Amino acid sequence: MKCRVCRGPAVIDLPRHNANFCGDHLVELCRRQVAKAISDFSMIASGEKVLVAVSGGKDSLALWDLLLDLGYDADGLYLGLGIGDYSPQSHAYALEFATRRGATLVVVDLPGDLGFDVPTAAAATGRVPCSACGLSKRHLFDQAARDGGYDVLATGHNLDDEAAVLLGNTLTWNTEYLGRQVPVLPERHGFARKVKPLVRLAERETAAYCVVRGIDYIVDECPMAAGNRHLQYKASLNAIEARSPGTKAAFYHGFLDRGVEYFRPGIASESDEGLNRCERCGSATTSEVCAFCVLVERSAAHAPVAVAPPRRRRR
Amino acid sequence: MKVLLRNPRRELEIAGPVRVHALLDRLELHRESVLVIRDGTLVPGDALLDDADLVEIRPVISGGCA
Repeated sequence: MKCRVCRGPAVIDLPRHNANFCGDHLVELCRRQVAKAISDFSMIASGEKVLVAVSGGKDSLALWDLLLDLGYDADGLYLGLGIGDYSPQSHAYALEFATRRGATLVVVDLPGDLGFDVPTAAAATGRVPCSACGLSKRHLFDQAARDGGYDVLATGHNLDDEAAVLLGNTLTWNTEYLGRQVPVLPERHGFARKVKPLVRLAERETAAYCVVRGIDYIVDECPMAAGNRHLQYKASLNAIEARSPGTKAAFYHGFLDRGVEYFRPGIASESDEGLNRCERCGSATTSEVCAFCVLVERSAAHAPVAVAPPRRRRR
Repeated sequence: MKVLLRNPRRELEIAGPVRVHALLDRLELHRESVLVIRDGTLVPGDALLDDADLVEIRPVISGGCA
């Protein structure tokens, strides 16, 4: 196979582009796609300060690398989730990348700084681990961006992530989530704008980018995510993609072009109506105490829980 | 050749020569879900793998939904 651009030996075939690329031109493709997403959706303005949520995985490290190479002022934020051996390993990858690039990594550690971990929080609140993790991440990412004076919070959600979430939201006709599934959420309630610059890149492309760029990342899956519904949706979409390359991109970007507008009006979660300030942390909430502060309180009162794959409820 | 698979981590011994896409078919893996890395270098679907190669089949699907 030859590279579509230079006719040199290809290192990867990308059926959705009906093309093969050498390492250099794969990197160029990734940079171009990220720059286009940033431009098309007005994600980051010149001179803005960006905080990249990094997990030590391929997507977030590829994103950080790409933003730095595109000239953005981007620091990283690593959140230690207290998930057995997985968290220190993923932290090490994030730290190694930051050191190699001479970039700033902000670290927040749930057990050390807040006194709880994700396995315990899940048990204490009756949430599945991915839900307890997501709630903690959203709150602490917002807080870190606000405290650090960042204009933009960038996450490594890629095309596959967004297509899988869209499939899940469509299967359940969750119209509120459908209306919110856009690659930019504007700044509000004192929180930074949230952007997803990888929405034009598939995760096979971000993984290949890391290999070509020599970026080491944690390959093993989070032990708490094994078998979750999101992974099932991805597997289903990949089975379709194998037969019809380009389906995932057409599904998600077609939704952004022609579908999301029908779900945008009157999104309850973007309205300020009925919002209070959490009496403990000051975050916007519809209750007196926000969900994150409730999670912290219940986790503190719960016995520590060891890491185990999530148990699924039978329906 | 030695073939390293992940999640769960395991190692297989597979006779070569074999092309990457044929190896993935034999292992019932979708090309969209993995990268194939030979001796540390990414290889495309038509690459011919030999007995002496050390091959990693690296999954690319990550599962965080938040």
